[in-house]
Amino acid sequence: MVNLKVKAYELRKDIVTLIYNAGCGHIGGDLSVIDILVVLYYKHLNCSPENIDHPDRDRFVLSKGHAAEALYCVLADRGFFSKSDLDNYSGYISEYIGHPNNKVNGIEVNTGSLGHGLSVAVGMALAGKMDDKDYRVYTVLGDGELAEGSVWEGVMAASHYKLDNLTAIVDRNKLQISGWTKDVMSQDRLEDRWAAFGWHVITIPGNDVDAIDKAIEEAKTIKGKPTVIIANTTKGCGVSFIENQAGWHHKVPNDEEYARAMEELEAELELRRVSLGE
Amino acid sequence: MNKIANKQVICEVLLEEAKNDKDIVVLCSDSRGSASLTDFANTHPRQFVEVGIAEQNLVSISAGLASCGKKAFAASPACFLSTRSAEQVKVDVAYSNTNVKLIGISGGISYGALGLTHHSTNDIAAMASIPNMRVYIPSDRFQTEKLMRALLKDEKPAYIRVGRNPVEDVYREDEIEFEMDKATVLQQGNHITLIACGELVIEAKKAATKLKKKGINARVIDMYCIKPMDKEVVVRAARETKGIITIEEHTRFGGMGSMVSQIVANQCPTTRVINLALPDTPVITGKSKEVFKYYGLDSEGIVKTASELMENVQ
Repeated sequence: MVNLKVKAYELRKDIVTLIYNAGCGHIGGDLSVIDILVVLYYKHLNCSPENIDHPDRDRFVLSKGHAAEALYCVLADRGFFSKSDLDNYSGYISEYIGHPNNKVNGIEVNTGSLGHGLSVAVGMALAGKMDDKDYRVYTVLGDGELAEGSVWEGVMAASHYKLDNLTAIVDRNKLQISGWTKDVMSQDRLEDRWAAFGWHVITIPGNDVDAIDKAIEEAKTIKGKPTVIIANTTKGCGVSFIENQAGWHHKVPNDEEYARAMEELEAELELRRVSLGE
Repeated sequence: MNKIANKQVICEVLLEEAKNDKDIVVLCSDSRGSASLTDFANTHPRQFVEVGIAEQNLVSISAGLASCGKKAFAASPACFLSTRSAEQVKVDVAYSNTNVKLIGISGGISYGALGLTHHSTNDIAAMASIPNMRVYIPSDRFQTEKLMRALLKDEKPAYIRVGRNPVEDVYREDEIEFEMDKATVLQQGNHITLIACGELVIEAKKAATKLKKKGINARVIDMYCIKPMDKEVVVRAARETKGIITIEEHTRFGGMGSMVSQIVANQCPTTRVINLALPDTPVITGKSKEVFKYYGLDSEGIVKTASELMENVQ
């Protein structure tokens, strides 16, 4: 059994290294969402490189597609493709590009334009209901993304069709490219907004793998309505000077910053390994 | 006069096919009545999804269903489907390559007096310019049926535009030629060529009959397949006749005529092409036939343009 707390920091190192080497990427959002992806891909999703086209597999849609580096690092580590496939990330003729691309093994649909993923996930969940299948559908949205009106079309439909096989997770890192979400377009009383549309709402500390795990388990028990997990995350989580800085939305670390980031991540990784007696 | 609208034929084909194919799913955005799909919703409720007045959602949900193996048919007024949901079509359907067939109903100027908000005179341009999107505009009920059966057999995205009202038959049930992605040559001719699509094919056909009396032999082509366009038939027409007139219920920018012109300019640049199309303004109020006549898209208008063209090229 993979230790999720350790895995989340091993993958943070992969993400920062990928972005440093490629010279591009959305580092802030990658680091805020990675714990959620780790809990999904190493604990809950019944999809693997072996059942990539199986009709009963769970589906995942990264609606906040700009966190592609986090998803690619997870998929490579899970064996959907080789880690060396990412050597040319976003380079000439690469299929591994800055937003999820379904030419890549393990990616269900293309995302990147915000406000699409939830509605696509609604379609996947409806298909599951039509065919009496047990698979579950998960999607991760950003909190800045919630300003897209189309998100609320999807929220409405999921509730109307009582899609209890659908779980949406909001990576609520409270920042977006221009600054604090509350200043750009506030999402206050976020829980009330989703609840008013008929969703079951769970709020958690979003970089805490135990809390994420528990919330996803709870969502599986909710019947007759979809569940949203409001994951209160920290943008750039794990690297002190990247945390909570809008300027690090898609900044690339220089040599010195890269070395410092890796040092910090390695230190936390050591602590996590020690606390597990590894 | 035929009383069956092309959209009604779409419903009939889907009704029949859905009996034996549980993967066929029809989606509407409060448009089941206007799309003539009420029968489908009542007969196959488990294969019908209502999304309410939310065209973006309509398209994305269709893509999600299709990614799970469903054959999704999303029917909504062409005006809203083709441009309000253009982004969802681009990303979730075309880019993700999901098996979604977008049925644009009451297309072109079918909605008449409802005004520009309800007209779709830029839908060909909007849809055809999206990579991996196909565009079809069938001319009558028989061709619509053939097209639908062909589309049911493939798994690629497509946009299909049909009008609101019944249109005159272009073909006869027992003798309709149809080959997917090949235009139909309705009649041969060696003087000029008329290339039309949708509801204007019948006008081109009538114009050819009138032209014959004036000693002009017009070739008539039904270009129901706008994209991928049948290039071969266009090049042949450009080489074998003295000029081409395109006729469409769309603006002249990025429509079927633009695409024909592009092919001719590329392959046979000495042949003249005239594009008959709707103006770059909101169209006048009127029934389809009246609007077509006003802008010279009816058989009389086509005859006039064709006669002038013949004088100039001889």
